[in-house]
Amino acid sequence: MNFMSRENGLLSWLLTGDHKRIAILYLISITCFFFIGGALAGLIRLELLTPQSDLMASDTYNKVFTMHGIIMIFLFLVPSVPATLGNFFIPMMIGAKDLALPKINLLSWYMYVVGGILVIYTMVAGGVDTGWTFTTPLSTHYVNTNVMSTGMAIFVAGFSSIFTGLNFIVTIHKMRCPGMTWFRLPLFVWSNYAASILMVLGTPVLAITIVLVALERTVGIGVFDPTKGGDPILFQHLFWFYSHPAVYIMILPGMGVISETISTFSRKRVFGYTAVAFSSVAIAVFGFFVWAHHMFIMGISNYSMLVFSLLTMLVAVPSAIKIFNWTFTLYKGSITFETPMLYSFGFMGLFTIGGLTGVFLGASGTDIHLTETYFIVAHFHFVMVGGMLMAFLAGIHFWWPKMTGRMYPEKISQLAAVVTFIGFNLTFFPQFILGTLGMPRRYAAYPPEFQILNVFSTAGATILGVGYLLPVIYLVWSLKYGEIAGNNPWQATGLEWQTQSPPLTENFVINPVMDHEAYDYDWLENQGVKEVASVG
Amino acid sequence: MSDLKEMEEQENHIVSPMIYLAILGALLVGTGLTVWASFIDLGEWHIAPGLTVFWNPVVALAIACSKAILVVLFFMHVKYSTKLTKLTVTSGFFVFLALIGMTLTDYFSRAWGRW
Amino acid sequence: MSDSPAVMHAETADSHHEHPAYQRHHFESVAQQFDATNFAMWLFLLTEVMFFGGLFTAYLIMRNWYYPAFVEASHQLNIGWGTANTSVLILSSFTMAMGVYNAHMRRKSGLVFCLILTFILGLGFLGIKSIEYTEKYEKHHIPGFHYSMSSFLNPASDPEVHNSYPDDKPLGLDMARHTELYFFLYFAMTGMHALHMIIGIAILGYLIVRAQAGDFTTGHITYIENFGLYWHFVDIIWIFLFPLLYLISRH
Repeated sequence: MNFMSRENGLLSWLLTGDHKRIAILYLISITCFFFIGGALAGLIRLELLTPQSDLMASDTYNKVFTMHGIIMIFLFLVPSVPATLGNFFIPMMIGAKDLALPKINLLSWYMYVVGGILVIYTMVAGGVDTGWTFTTPLSTHYVNTNVMSTGMAIFVAGFSSIFTGLNFIVTIHKMRCPGMTWFRLPLFVWSNYAASILMVLGTPVLAITIVLVALERTVGIGVFDPTKGGDPILFQHLFWFYSHPAVYIMILPGMGVISETISTFSRKRVFGYTAVAFSSVAIAVFGFFVWAHHMFIMGISNYSMLVFSLLTMLVAVPSAIKIFNWTFTLYKGSITFETPMLYSFGFMGLFTIGGLTGVFLGASGTDIHLTETYFIVAHFHFVMVGGMLMAFLAGIHFWWPKMTGRMYPEKISQLAAVVTFIGFNLTFFPQFILGTLGMPRRYAAYPPEFQILNVFSTAGATILGVGYLLPVIYLVWSLKYGEIAGNNPWQATGLEWQTQSPPLTENFVINPVMDHEAYDYDWLENQGVKEVASVG
Repeated sequence: MSDLKEMEEQENHIVSPMIYLAILGALLVGTGLTVWASFIDLGEWHIAPGLTVFWNPVVALAIACSKAILVVLFFMHVKYSTKLTKLTVTSGFFVFLALIGMTLTDYFSRAWGRW
Repeated sequence: MSDSPAVMHAETADSHHEHPAYQRHHFESVAQQFDATNFAMWLFLLTEVMFFGGLFTAYLIMRNWYYPAFVEASHQLNIGWGTANTSVLILSSFTMAMGVYNAHMRRKSGLVFCLILTFILGLGFLGIKSIEYTEKYEKHHIPGFHYSMSSFLNPASDPEVHNSYPDDKPLGLDMARHTELYFFLYFAMTGMHALHMIIGIAILGYLIVRAQAGDFTTGHITYIENFGLYWHFVDIIWIFLFPLLYLISRH
């Protein structure tokens, strides 16, 4: 008897309040959208095999990369870890029976689905070609593609994100079990808490920005139109006020996963727990003050450039602190190379490169040359795909036995991790070079001397695609044929591992009491085979 | 333990209607005051060339902020709420200020030209 | 220590300890439920603050750039109606707070009376707003819909406002065009505010029905208290909109 077998029937899933079922619903939905976004990426790379715009017209190409960006950011990366792993495990990690607001949780999923349907509608209706950044006055005055429906889609999906974040903040503050002080929480919880603050405070600004764009398009009053006295830069200020924190919304939960996996697979507590916890919150706080580094060439004042560039240097520090701490966690640990650990190593290396290139871009002097080139594209794919997506896969593999009660096949999963790593590097490293050589982004055609690097990149993308398809196949396979996992196949600490796999609907038979520190492997050894609260 | 007590106090604390009446009075007086002030030219303060503070909008915003603070503290019970609630309200206010403030610094500093 | 209220003793998850019917099963106590939902409502209000924040930012920039247009356009708003609306809303906040008081004191008729008063005052606010909006429509001051600048190019052509503000000079064509921006922000901000009022009044209607059924006077004050927070927040937005839109400069 577990949360999956407890009740059957479609309605019991579609009307559930159980955070674990909602997590599974999210997992299925975001996987679907990931592959749609991935197919669009495939189209982009196919077009870029040749210097001419021969596979598709420029207008179509614009639509393809716009939808790729929108789907990957709003329908995949933003909800990826929080809505799946966060939803599933935050209540368990704090010893609660559910999130604070289960109905809001379900509503959040439905809003995600409505947003997704609106995106699909947009694609069917001919797409939108403004780029995911909707820069005005292009998006308000000069395109006649589906800006309105896309705006509505993102508006609705944004509320999905707000509700998830709101739920997490309330739950983490108010529903921790006895003994679970803030500094005994797993760092996964801290990271999601920080991301939730960003979700709650940042996303509404995106919402009002979309409303303003919609009003500008329909009524045409001119708040973003220079001919009527408005300012297009105002749009960018409001847009990036959300969209910069958005990147931290995306990466912080992934960093939370890495804290868990690095600790478990080196059998050592995370080095500098307090530093990592406070760094997560620091990233969230500083993340609000750096948005104009996306606007250095747009016409903001030099003084603003100075201030925002300086603050951007500061925001890199907490991320670096975390990388250092994870590295020191590895030092003198008993490292094993299970799949989640392979993905975690991938994260550490690739996120470091991506993050460092972010610092190059934060310096306004270099940014003026590198912005709007493939350097930017490479930078954000390194942090988001090499970083976040690898962390997501690490988390899925790490918690798969707990969620499903099954182990995935280890050899093929390790192979998939390696294939992904190789494919990723081949795809995106050449793009750094292309960027510094001057290839602009968002162009279907490019000078012929850039072709060889683009061909490498497309070849890498193909390998990367294989690397992403494999997990879907073997994970689904494992649901029926995978080895039965016990309660704690990794011998990890954390309350979620002290109960059965898959968990009960109410998570725990006896309300847990937290009497040890986080990542306390000595405590775990003393547990021996004594299982707290397992019922068959 | 003190937090648990704080929480139960918050739930059980009942604000007296006399306080509500007093706040109502203060809010209405504030409204009248701000309307009256808008009909008078309150002058300006020239801090530096190109940097002037006009008192009318300052007074209007000050009165509005005071009214808002009264509503928040008494009608919304924040004065009798947990520390967490107070922290939440304050942090929301600060992020709001960051949005407006930092965006406005761009607009104001554009007039200063290049270095 | 922990600010989580479940610090008592370990209980079995499905032991049927006494709890009122309105306590949901994932909460350990009514106090935890009240506290959590109260906190959730505050977080939601924070999102609303940031939502309106974008509009306030746009307003502050445009007002700074086109001050003369904003001053003269604001004279088109009737200060009487504006002050009346502000007072109505403040009064409705008072009646809402009294409603919460009655819920705490478990006085059903008091609660229902206060909620109904709040409801009526809310409708009153919307009524006055619609009078103002109709006025704007009649004078062709709705941006994007046959907008007319004649009141600003030639103030004498608009005797109603001109008599109250004889010192308003005719604006140049360029600056007069920017009055449309003022009205856009006026409609966007008050419209967004009115939308929130409408939603609030609708929820209030539902709460009146349930209050009459006695649901909120048995100790389950969460809904009333949390709705009160929402209502007061809508009042606070108006407290800022009023001076920013109506009282730019009336001298």
